[in-house]
Amino acid sequence: MTPIGPATIPRFARGMRLREDQARSRWVVVGPERLFVPDEIALEILRLMDGTRSVDAIVDDLASRFDAPREAIANDVLALLRDLATKGVVTS
Amino acid sequence: MTPQPPPPLGLLAELTHRCPLRCPYCSNPVELSRASAELDAATWGRVFREAAALGVLQLHLSGGEPAARRDLPEIVAHAAEAGLYSNLITSGVLLDAERLSALAAAGLDHVQLSVQDAEAQSADRIGGMQGGHARKLRFAEHVHAAGLPLTLNAVVHRQNLDRLPELIELALTLGAGRLEVAHVQYYGWALRNRDALLPSRAQLDAATEAVIQARAAHQGRLVIDYVVPDYHAKRPKACMGGWGRSFIAVSPAGRALPCHAAESLPGFDFPNVRDRSLADIWLHSEAFQRYRGTDWMPEPCRSCDRREQDWGGCRCQAFALTGDAANTDPACAHSPHHHLLDLAVQEAAVAGTDFIYREIKRPAVAEG
Repeated sequence: MTPIGPATIPRFARGMRLREDQARSRWVVVGPERLFVPDEIALEILRLMDGTRSVDAIVDDLASRFDAPREAIANDVLALLRDLATKGVVTS
Repeated sequence: MTPQPPPPLGLLAELTHRCPLRCPYCSNPVELSRASAELDAATWGRVFREAAALGVLQLHLSGGEPAARRDLPEIVAHAAEAGLYSNLITSGVLLDAERLSALAAAGLDHVQLSVQDAEAQSADRIGGMQGGHARKLRFAEHVHAAGLPLTLNAVVHRQNLDRLPELIELALTLGAGRLEVAHVQYYGWALRNRDALLPSRAQLDAATEAVIQARAAHQGRLVIDYVVPDYHAKRPKACMGGWGRSFIAVSPAGRALPCHAAESLPGFDFPNVRDRSLADIWLHSEAFQRYRGTDWMPEPCRSCDRREQDWGGCRCQAFALTGDAANTDPACAHSPHHHLLDLAVQEAAVAGTDFIYREIKRPAVAEG
């Protein structure tokens, strides 16, 4: 598997879905026998993951909206997506 | 006053007990329901909507073999309309490409296919169905063609555990994203066959090592779920995440259960979804309250600092081995009955390999 880099277009792996969990007032990623609860930052990233945006484009979007250095955002985004890739939630 | 329980996350819908396979470790109760007692699709639809409103996110459509029901596409459509993530737990032997694509079109999210072994002859013997394994392999191709994600579920025990590396290879070959290595749990049918199924410690250690290596080798491609079985464990599992804490099972005839094996427990009047709403059952039924939380616990659980991690373990196993469902699960090293598990392992080591196969009893002729 190629590691996720700035040019990668990440997407949810087959069977993984981001959805609202109304009963618990949160958003979750559901999959087979699995449930991930993203924190606020992870949720912002996952919401931008639409199968057309590259990692770079996701970082650009976040950098335009949040008051943080682009490089720090890029590191966070890559770390999260790589972690989720090893867990089979995200694929490239 | 008992505090309000958290909302349930998962619903297991056992649509039927009918199944062409006869696995000697089937998790269905020894007393199986007949087809005429099954809930209809519209009632399942209502149950799914009630479940979603209550907070359930994941739905497991199981059995028996759920595809033994001709109205399965209608049931799947109800699940999709309710917004539940639907997982079809199937033996794969009854679904051709056409029926599977109807399920995909109805909104099915995921397929979990069981296999009995990596090797056809042994798999067919364990499942009690000639040609079953070959049908499963064809079914996995249909799943792939339909674009559905696949989990391979391998139930393991003494008679197939040595082929775990081959089972892992099979999962990769079939394009599964996830492999569930499920050790047999010993109640119901499996308890009757325990002597023929319990693995040895050496087998278990080799299997655990195979899983560790495969996880590293296939990271990002295959997720392997694997839990050390109770008979070789020092601490019990938080069975169902705790009684009445996150999970509801509904039997083919509509009985709501805190665990799919709970019908084996005596002294319960399990509520039926035909009579009561799922919310009422979850919040107020005696059956769901009885072992919920920690107030019911005996020692050594009551004063244990892990009581809110493992919730006392499995009630069905406590009953099966000690005769009292309210006892600490003997899988725990602190249980005064823990030695029973070692004894069972020793007995199984010198026992034969013949099975008592699962069967639906014929109605008695001269009853009453």
